Amino acid sequence: MQAEVHYAPSAAKKRIDPRPSAARDFDDAEMHMAAVGLRKNYRKAAVDIPVLKGVDLELRCGEFLAIVGQSGSGKSTLLHCLGTLDAPTAGEVHFLGYRIDHLAATHRDRLRNEEFGMIFQFYHLLPELSTLENVLMPLMIQHGPWSYFAHRRRHVAAAKELLDKVGLSHRLKHRPRELSGGEMQRAAIARALVNRPQILLADEPTGNLDQTTGAEILAILRTLNRQENLSIIMVTHDLTIAGQADRVVRLAAGRVEQASP
Amino acid sequence: MYKFLLGWRYLRTRWIALASIISVTLGVATLIVVNSVMAGFTHEMMERMHGILADVIFEGPGLNGFPDAERHMEEIRRVAGDYIEGMTPVVTVPAMLTYEFRGHQFNRQILLIGIDEATHASVSDFAKYLQHPDNRRKLSFSLHERGYDVVDHQSPQNAVPRPDLERAGWRHRKMWGQRKKELLQLEAARRRQQGPSQTPQDPFAGGGAGRDAQQRDNVFDETTHQHVGVIIGKGLISQYLPSEQADRFLAIPGDDVQLTVPTMPSSMNPKPTGESRVFTVVDVYESKMSEYDSQFVFVPLRELQDFRGMIDPSTDVANITSIQIKLKNEADGELVRDKLRAAFRAELYGIFTWQDKQSSLLTAVALEKSILNILLFLIIAVAGFGILAIFYMIVVEKTRDIGVLKSLGASRSGVMGIFLSYGLSLGTVGAGAGLGLGLLFVHYINEVRDVLESITGTKVFDPSIYYFFRIPTIVEPLTVGWVVMGSIAIAVLASVLPARRAARLHPVEALRYE
Repeated sequence: MQAEVHYAPSAAKKRIDPRPSAARDFDDAEMHMAAVGLRKNYRKAAVDIPVLKGVDLELRCGEFLAIVGQSGSGKSTLLHCLGTLDAPTAGEVHFLGYRIDHLAATHRDRLRNEEFGMIFQFYHLLPELSTLENVLMPLMIQHGPWSYFAHRRRHVAAAKELLDKVGLSHRLKHRPRELSGGEMQRAAIARALVNRPQILLADEPTGNLDQTTGAEILAILRTLNRQENLSIIMVTHDLTIAGQADRVVRLAAGRVEQASP
Repeated sequence: MYKFLLGWRYLRTRWIALASIISVTLGVATLIVVNSVMAGFTHEMMERMHGILADVIFEGPGLNGFPDAERHMEEIRRVAGDYIEGMTPVVTVPAMLTYEFRGHQFNRQILLIGIDEATHASVSDFAKYLQHPDNRRKLSFSLHERGYDVVDHQSPQNAVPRPDLERAGWRHRKMWGQRKKELLQLEAARRRQQGPSQTPQDPFAGGGAGRDAQQRDNVFDETTHQHVGVIIGKGLISQYLPSEQADRFLAIPGDDVQLTVPTMPSSMNPKPTGESRVFTVVDVYESKMSEYDSQFVFVPLRELQDFRGMIDPSTDVANITSIQIKLKNEADGELVRDKLRAAFRAELYGIFTWQDKQSSLLTAVALEKSILNILLFLIIAVAGFGILAIFYMIVVEKTRDIGVLKSLGASRSGVMGIFLSYGLSLGTVGAGAGLGLGLLFVHYINEVRDVLESITGTKVFDPSIYYFFRIPTIVEPLTVGWVVMGSIAIAVLASVLPARRAARLHPVEALRYE
């Protein structure tokens, strides 16, 4: 019987060399993240309500995976379990072959900070901070005060570069309330990428945006995936948006109903 | 890093936190002001107590004391001479002071203290509280021509004026002596006009004209002679007139007063009787401790010993009631006391440090200060509960942000740290502002008093009660440090519960919080 292998933070920076992005065939690519028999029940008024009923899912290195489904199908719950924000009731989550769902809280925190980037439908920027400070937040969390200040210039340069990349270099000092929806989501993308994560987990990233702005955001994600081989799992209910992904997984009633290339 | 950044930003952007900051500020300022005033009062009080009491007091039993001061002082020197800078013998006895003012007779119960002119000023600050500059330099029981302080030398600013003292001294004595002479001459002339038959004959008188001439030669002339000098506490011979905001003196240097003491019982005279003598006021004692100033009267030691019959006529050895000892180092008080207690019989002698003598008052003041501090710290505790309530509200308001931070990898301790650093920032800002406000208030406390008095029209700090013309304050850095640190600690402690609640929030539930 094969021993269970857990993710260790020391192995966190094992960077994957994904296969060239030119070909979009991921059959031979290394397994980046996987869910095995994932179940999640929520307990309400002493009654267990199953949300995920045994989900099996795989994400290959450099793949852009879309998870679609109706409201209440468990898409967001699945994403939270994959991103270690929530613990599954049963089943396993693997990252680079290591099991991560049972990790200690501190290890899961580090994993979310260093290996995963997350963006949300409602952007969730911190209103007290400027755009630049919001983007720097994962670096501030990663580093202690001395370490952060010692490398502050480098961190700020990296954050500015990312904001430039998403077209927000002119909005560095602005507070979130001074930005449009599209700008806030771009800032959220820059924040998710500042720690150079391996996987981007996007929860309805265009759900709160108009079609044009949504398309712009999607284009940014697509570019990141193509040019930098960033693995992406995107949850959406919009099939048109999902169509931009390499692969679409349909979730219905807590189970994977259909996977299509 | 992010903890401090967010803590500071929450402080700047949440104006409701201002309420907590103001509470902490007011609490800290109040504590600093009260402690400074209490410390000032205590210091002034102790200085004045110590001013009249030497470092160590060596007492005999009762009012009759013990004989032979020199022999006792030699023995004290033998036991603890290395620690002693000076000694002086003293006689203390309850007595009565009588004087006249505008035809009214005033009687006061006093504590009459016989002091040695040569040595007394060297063991205590006694001379500092006299009103003639020459007496402050070198104590003398001789009346001065003039030059008594019209403006209080201890607190020249805001001092209550004393115009009566301008005429004090020989000038005053000569004036009223001359007037008295004139009155007597008028009386004599009136009697002569009435004829010799009107004057009752003294059946025991003998000698006739020769005796009259002798009496005329020995007559005491007030305009050129003084009685033995006496220094009287200001409270015994003055009144504060609120309408004029000045002290009125009922007797001034140059006036004569009468002192009545109980004589010391002896084999010749076993029952004590009252003995009176006339003294001339030569100076006024003002320690600004109302208890002392309205009780103490000082006369030359030898005179009091003679007056009370404390000198053995056969040996010429006099009794004293205590020996005041000044030490080279005041801190050795307890050591010297214990050494002397070991050397002298406890049933015959009482040996105390000056703090022992005033222990009940000092303990009461210390207790008062402690209770006041506890009560005032409750103000900051109330502010602490305010912080707790406001922080709980902010945690609820910030629930989604807490979820975001957790999704970005912030740990439980990190999230807790945000709110603890928020409490720390709030406490630091509040305590810092309170420190500034408190120190400013202490610095201008007398000006504040003046403003309050002009607004309310009443004396906020009546010098006739406290005998301080300015509110005394001492800022003790250690106390201020404790107050500031204590306030910050309360602010941080008050933020612990909300911070724990924030740290325990489930990230997904927090993200979904509406």
